[in-house]
Amino acid sequence: MELASLTIHRAREFLQKGEITSTDLTRAVLNRIDAVEPRVNAYITLVADRALDHARAADAQWEKHRREKTNAPALLGIPMAIKDVICTRGVTTTAGSKILNNFVPPYDATVMEKLNAAGAILIGKTNQDEFAMGSSTENSRFFSTHNPWDLARVPGGSSGGSAAAVAADETFFALGTDTGGSVRQPASLCGVVGMRPSYGRVSRYGVIAFASSLDQVGPLTKDVRDAATILQIIAGYDAREATSVNRAVPDYVGAIHESRIKNLRVGVPKQYFIAGIEKGVEDAVRAAIRVLENLGATTIEIDLPHTDYALPTYYLIAPAEASANLARYDGVKYGYRAESSDVWEMLRATRGEGFGVEVKRRIMLGTYALSAGYYDAYYLQAQKVRTLIKQDFDRAFENVDVIVSPTSPTTAFKIGARIDDPLQMYLADLFTLAQPLAGIPAISVPCGFADGLPIGFQIMGRAFDEENILRVAYAYEQATEWHKKKPVISIQ
Amino acid sequence: MSLTRAQAQHIAELAKLKLTDEELTRLTAQLAAILDYAARLQELDTRAIPPTASVLPLKNVLREDVVTPSMPRADVLANAPDKDARAEFFRVRAILKE
Repeated sequence: MELASLTIHRAREFLQKGEITSTDLTRAVLNRIDAVEPRVNAYITLVADRALDHARAADAQWEKHRREKTNAPALLGIPMAIKDVICTRGVTTTAGSKILNNFVPPYDATVMEKLNAAGAILIGKTNQDEFAMGSSTENSRFFSTHNPWDLARVPGGSSGGSAAAVAADETFFALGTDTGGSVRQPASLCGVVGMRPSYGRVSRYGVIAFASSLDQVGPLTKDVRDAATILQIIAGYDAREATSVNRAVPDYVGAIHESRIKNLRVGVPKQYFIAGIEKGVEDAVRAAIRVLENLGATTIEIDLPHTDYALPTYYLIAPAEASANLARYDGVKYGYRAESSDVWEMLRATRGEGFGVEVKRRIMLGTYALSAGYYDAYYLQAQKVRTLIKQDFDRAFENVDVIVSPTSPTTAFKIGARIDDPLQMYLADLFTLAQPLAGIPAISVPCGFADGLPIGFQIMGRAFDEENILRVAYAYEQATEWHKKKPVISIQ
Repeated sequence: MSLTRAQAQHIAELAKLKLTDEELTRLTAQLAAILDYAARLQELDTRAIPPTASVLPLKNVLREDVVTPSMPRADVLANAPDKDARAEFFRVRAILKE
């Protein structure tokens, strides 16, 4: 048995029976990292010794739970990987940026407190596009991550390190963040499950901010049940995060087992099946829709008329918010400082050298959209179109329970292919921008391959109806085998 | 509409970004292309549409004003690029001239 390839729920069964230990699981993941990480480059920071210490402590706790027949915390002894934009107390957190390359957070993000309390074991911090701005992880200031299915290709982004680590069995699960598709799109390109919860469902306290009206934290996992397990732990109100919603967290893990797919109304938006989508992707997603029909769901063609406007809307709102959020990097309180005898010159040079080209591009774009004379034409107009995009979904959900689409119009593209053409790169997010603008949850599940590269099937739901999309995703997964496929990574 | 190099330079100054000549040239062209693309939003008549700043219907979120311990000063200053010898405050070059 290859321990590192287990799902969380299978690993827990073995832990419960005492057939394996957390130390076994942690060593298996670390051995796997030794073998494949030189090719994949998923991690910026590894904390192997600390992980083994924590695993030994978890093993002692497991022994006590087994002896006293008490219930162990949900993730006791399970290794995890965390995107480097999420603050981990005492463990370097760079956001993929030179401007934070030596930043050691003095506190844990709320999601980290929750995962630590559930007993999970941090293996390391994963690579990402700088400040989560990008769709390929090539905007990391450190190195590019390689797609485990084809090492010449990108893993997607911005949570590309998290997706690649899960796909390559270098962790049992990972957290990513999703502002415009940064969990779902890399999950699609790496053949794993990735979920963006509703806006307000998961606290962003301690998550380095990109675009505050859009950012969410979500799990990347090997199957849907594991996604439900992680969401169960990270969801919920947090008084330290003013936009987190005080609303009861339902039983997500329980919900997936009530497979009520019969008579479920599945919306298929015609605007998501357009010219420009790869044929292999369209074929696989159409086939996935037929699987839901065979399970008893009713499909209905729906209209989301403002879909075309999601891309320009997103690329005004997100950079505008980013330009404000990133004003805090001033070379004074933390991070990189360029020395100069003049304080303003220090500030300009710190930011000029500390930020990479995509971050500077977005700060410039956002500053422009917010500046006097252009505010109404760009930023305010984008906020109004955002209303229209949200209304599209509100109307559609009057008649359907979930909406399905491809997650990405293409499979993984070659490293270097789009990096010099920002608009071409932004198109990789075409199908994952509208959901954050509308605040609704969505999940990507593996639904096939084209030329050996994974394809993702996106399932969207009403705001705070994660149960329904998990239920549909689980029913689909139970009827197919795609999630069990593993990449073969050539090890030289 | 197109973005001029002088406008891009002005934006860089507002954002306090020091750019090389080559960066400024490239960013001017790229931003102009992105803004031309974004201009398609003007096709929509939004006169009667309210803007969405947040999808949540939140107004001011208030809490009780309770005194709690702050983060220790040493922790706050631990990441500072420069601090005074006694590690009591952040240090920068003088902002005010005599």
